[in-house]
Amino acid sequence: MTRRKLAWMAAAAAGIALLPAAAFAQAPASSQAKSAPAAPARAAIPRLTDGKPNLNGIWQAMNTANWDLVTHGPSQGPAAFGTFLTTPPGLGVVEGDAIPYLPDAAIKKKENYANRWIADPELKCYLPGVPRATYMPYPFEIVQSTSAMLIAYEYAEAVRTINMGKPKEAPVDSWMGWSNGHWEGDTLVIDVTGMNDMSWLDRAGDFHSDALHVVERYTPVNAALLNYEATLDDISVYSKPWKISMPLYRHMEKNARRMEFKCAEFAEELLYGPLRRKPNK
Amino acid sequence: MRRGGYILLTLIAIAVLAAVQSLAQASQAPSESATPQANAKTAAAVKNWTPARTPDGQPDLQGVWDTASLTPLERPKELGMKAFYTPEEAAAFEKSRKQENNRDRRDGGAQTDVARAYNEGWFDRGSKLGRNLRTSRVIDPPDGRFPPFTPEAQKHYDAVHAYLEANPANGPEDRPLFERCLVFSQTGPPLIPGNYNNLYQIVQTPGSVTIFSEMGHQARTVPLDEHAKLPQNVTQWMGDSYGHWDGNTLVIETTNVRYNDMSHFGTQYDTGMSDRNMKVVERFTRTAPDLLIYRATVTDPTVYTKPWTIEIPMDKTESAIFEYACHEGNYGIVGILAGERAREKKLAEHR
Repeated sequence: MTRRKLAWMAAAAAGIALLPAAAFAQAPASSQAKSAPAAPARAAIPRLTDGKPNLNGIWQAMNTANWDLVTHGPSQGPAAFGTFLTTPPGLGVVEGDAIPYLPDAAIKKKENYANRWIADPELKCYLPGVPRATYMPYPFEIVQSTSAMLIAYEYAEAVRTINMGKPKEAPVDSWMGWSNGHWEGDTLVIDVTGMNDMSWLDRAGDFHSDALHVVERYTPVNAALLNYEATLDDISVYSKPWKISMPLYRHMEKNARRMEFKCAEFAEELLYGPLRRKPNK
Repeated sequence: MRRGGYILLTLIAIAVLAAVQSLAQASQAPSESATPQANAKTAAAVKNWTPARTPDGQPDLQGVWDTASLTPLERPKELGMKAFYTPEEAAAFEKSRKQENNRDRRDGGAQTDVARAYNEGWFDRGSKLGRNLRTSRVIDPPDGRFPPFTPEAQKHYDAVHAYLEANPANGPEDRPLFERCLVFSQTGPPLIPGNYNNLYQIVQTPGSVTIFSEMGHQARTVPLDEHAKLPQNVTQWMGDSYGHWDGNTLVIETTNVRYNDMSHFGTQYDTGMSDRNMKVVERFTRTAPDLLIYRATVTDPTVYTKPWTIEIPMDKTESAIFEYACHEGNYGIVGILAGERAREKKLAEHR
């Protein structure tokens, strides 16, 4: 038996001992009342055996936030593609309908917008970061047991492990960040840090730095509906924290599933085309 | 960040050569096998311990599991039908294997040094044999080696590799799938350990099991209830998987696996093949609190002359799974393609 295994067994023993206490500590009645004042009767929400809302399933936003987080009209895409790449019009999801950029950041956001057809990391199938992953026009899956939680997105097959245990500091920056989750009543609260500065928030060039701190709140309303809120705080880009909110809908099709979407393949020509062997050379 | 182009190209060339040789040399080994006794031993162990249940009654396989080990995929030819090492043999094997593997050595001359530039810092392949002390991960055929290709498949394989020898990197599609960050031996199915990122997290929910592979951040959700399968013409690199419980064993069947000439299921590099007829049956059995035995049988009658089975022990670990953003930092494929263009230019100049 390796030392590592011994270490695991010790950790597991400690974890088992701590688990029940943590589970009881997570559901104070007061915060439950506060976080979901208009929530319907508890019975409307499916639950796991530990009493927590059962969020397992395939979810998706139904809005145009991935094109632009604030209210926008339609706009022309590359003309050759007719209406295929038109930006669809949509109402904003930002509280106050404006992102409080610092002056320099506001300039950068404008530059990003001008360069969006070549610079949005989504073009290249790069991992989307949080919260963008939530409102991209692709389904995502919440995988929740009484001991673990993952969120798996169809786009780029991004996956987040949600640490539901003792909160830990992000060990290293990554595209999808480090997620510490806990329950406040029936609301799943996920604190996300450790994201790199390479992802965007939408196709309109809204962006963040590696100082971004996101707090997400998933509040089930019934078996088919979640209220989603995310607060974004980033002292090097925004003058104050700001908030987005939107409903998330459960896919109710009997055979709903996340299909395989390894989009890297579809970005190869864009990324590597110039390095391809030219005929007769 | 990923590997450097030419170095990998060289490594792959070596791997391909070695595999072609080993395939050519695969012999019908003589009798005598330790398998039946050892299987009986394993069976007894399974009987003596049963896993806890999840709240919805599934045997609980949850946690993070590590498949890294020094066990070779195919059995060294000279071992014939010897399926298991004794503990003493295992220790000797581990010692010599670690020495052979060590890429930080600088005792092989300039060329070897260059080939070792992708150094030990990158590797996390385990320092021990798998706990089953098997001499190979392939356990069937009983000689521990992949069965021969069918004559048609062999012809196709030879043609593909002749083409690749002349055209190693005209475009990304000439490169193995893992270099393009699409699929990896670790993501499977079947799950085959590689040089690093051999961690899997299993999460069980009512009605499904999700196997999250650190390599390539692949979360495969396998439904356990009645589910419509994908139509035959729709394929996915990781296939279409459905599961059920056979006692304490999770059985997953996968079909609709997408393939191309670079499909390398069964080996870490491109020495294996698959086509539309590939079917994988995986069996996960938790035989101890800290051990899962993984078996996978691959059937592909238009590629292999008979089915083959691998067994991989999965050790419970406290290691966290980290993000492996392969595509986002894929300088490797850029280096490989740019390197080939540079080589062509130089050749043209010398003509």
